[in-house]
Amino acid sequence: MSKSLWIILVVVGLVAPFIVYPVFMMKLLCFALFACAFNLLLGYTGLLSFGHAAFFGGASYVTGYLVKTGGLTPELGILGGTLFAALLGYLVGSLAIRRQGIYFAMITLALAQIVYFIALKAPFTGGEDGLQGIPRGKLFGMIDLGQTYSIGGSPVALNLYYFIFALFCLGFWVIYRTINSPFGQVLKAIRENEPRAVSLGYKVERFKLMAFVISAALAGMAGSMKSLVFQLASLTDVSWHTSGEVVLMTLLGGVGTVLGPLVGAFTVITLQSELSSVGSWITVIIGVTFVVCVLLFRRGFVGELGRLLKKSL
Amino acid sequence: MADYILETKNLFKEFRGFTAVSGVNLQIQRGHIHALIGPNGAGKTTVFNLLTKFLTPTSGSIHFNGDDITSEKSADIALRGIVRSFQISAVFPGLTPRENVRLALQRKLGVSYHFWKSDAILLQLDGRVMELLEDVGLVDYADEITGELAYGRKRALEIATTLALDPELMLLDEPTQGMGVEDVDKITALVRKVSTRRTILMVEHNLKVVATLADRITVLQRGAILAEGPYAEVSQDPLVLEAYMGSAHA
Ligand SMILES: Nc1ncnc2c1ncn2[C@@H]1O[C@H](COP(=O)(O)OP(=O)(O)OP(=O)(O)O)[C@@H](O)[C@H]1O
Ligand SMILES: [Mg+2]
Repeated sequence: MSKSLWIILVVVGLVAPFIVYPVFMMKLLCFALFACAFNLLLGYTGLLSFGHAAFFGGASYVTGYLVKTGGLTPELGILGGTLFAALLGYLVGSLAIRRQGIYFAMITLALAQIVYFIALKAPFTGGEDGLQGIPRGKLFGMIDLGQTYSIGGSPVALNLYYFIFALFCLGFWVIYRTINSPFGQVLKAIRENEPRAVSLGYKVERFKLMAFVISAALAGMAGSMKSLVFQLASLTDVSWHTSGEVVLMTLLGGVGTVLGPLVGAFTVITLQSELSSVGSWITVIIGVTFVVCVLLFRRGFVGELGRLLKKSL
Repeated sequence: MADYILETKNLFKEFRGFTAVSGVNLQIQRGHIHALIGPNGAGKTTVFNLLTKFLTPTSGSIHFNGDDITSEKSADIALRGIVRSFQISAVFPGLTPRENVRLALQRKLGVSYHFWKSDAILLQLDGRVMELLEDVGLVDYADEITGELAYGRKRALEIATTLALDPELMLLDEPTQGMGVEDVDKITALVRKVSTRRTILMVEHNLKVVATLADRITVLQRGAILAEGPYAEVSQDPLVLEAYMGSAHA
């Protein structure tokens, strides 16, 4: 993809907190990374996980716990959450990849429900309340992430924003690299024609498992970031709603495209915040939007755009 | 004694009480083009699936270069040098022919698990990729989307991809199926060309192709071997004439 597009996107990311509501931007970055991680599996390996909230939410609890109770610095908290998600991804992936298609999705869903149950019942997760008031702490023990600066009269946590933005770029870069690596090439082969990949001598289970772990780890990193932004790890993060939401974002934006999940996350998060005043009708509105979009743009926004431009975006 | 690259001993495959492969003893001589023929549903594809472990035999054993490979996994069998094509064309439709062939070559580089490396590292394979595409007449289509190519070209690409692995034993399941006369001739010439340094076992309905190419023929009927020998001999066998020709030319 063209270099100028990347530069524009980075510049937009850098100036965004001066233009739009920064918490909105940070939420967007967290969910965009989550969707990109999910897309690595669905779009590039052909595996539909219906339990990705377990990694997102699980990591957000771990980070919250490490920072709040363990008193760790935020970067270590995020590292801990990400590693936890990778490990959980290894466990879930090992069980799920033995099955294909809908059975794969069902196993991931079932295992994610177990994680939800643990989050509800375990003594250290705060039950229905979740973990609240997670401190943002000092990055590397030096930079105060809670520090706010006045922009246009309102306080903005710029340090936190740029930390989150940097993490997003790191995560996105890992995904981009993975997609465009020799490994990613084999993933695409598996997606396109699994028996053929096997007959060429690829041990597809190992590839799928590795992809699963990478995807889970980055979904976890997104969840860890979210727990610092909202200073909260809650049951919503591990619920199947969240698993469904990430599927929705990815499909809306364009599965199997690099930029699709970003656009999808942007669409869903914007709708959610613009429509927050209409209460529970929001689910209906998002649902209808989704159906209409899928009918009109079968490949998602970016997928259709790519087809028009005859380019892979 | 003849040098057999592949042998099966009393191979059986049952699907819920239905015996698709019944006591097959195949012996494939090294360097031969060996044809497996038989009417529709005779069990030819099933034999291929057993040899490559896409299906597990109900009983019997498979030996490759003297080693018992009956319990090995598909990917490991491929690594040993038995590479198959599929009856229904097996390409990676969303990728380009260049990428299709490259995927077969890439394994040898040993970087297939390296997700942190750029795929630019694969460009070193492009010379060999183009040679292989040249062999099957696909150079001009190297960067098209494979799924949009004509059927004959997809089959040719499949052969190029299989060849890229330089397999010791190549299994081709009806490589000329659904092709026009011109394409059939091309594929026939190609199979002959690539057979010099390897052994080929092919399923083929087109008897003209079989007659030109095959050193030896095994006729399968209802899962069991009906006859075996050189074309001239087998084609005169009254049993074969009745079973095979009867249905093929009905
Ligand atoms: N997975 C399966 N489950 C049940 N029955 C099967 C399966 N695979 C094949 N069979 C049956 O086994 C028999 C042999 O099938 P096979 O595909 O091996 O025939 P073939 O000789 O390749 O025929 P064709 O010339 O049509 O390709 C058929 O009756 C088929 O219905
Ligand atoms: Mg067949």
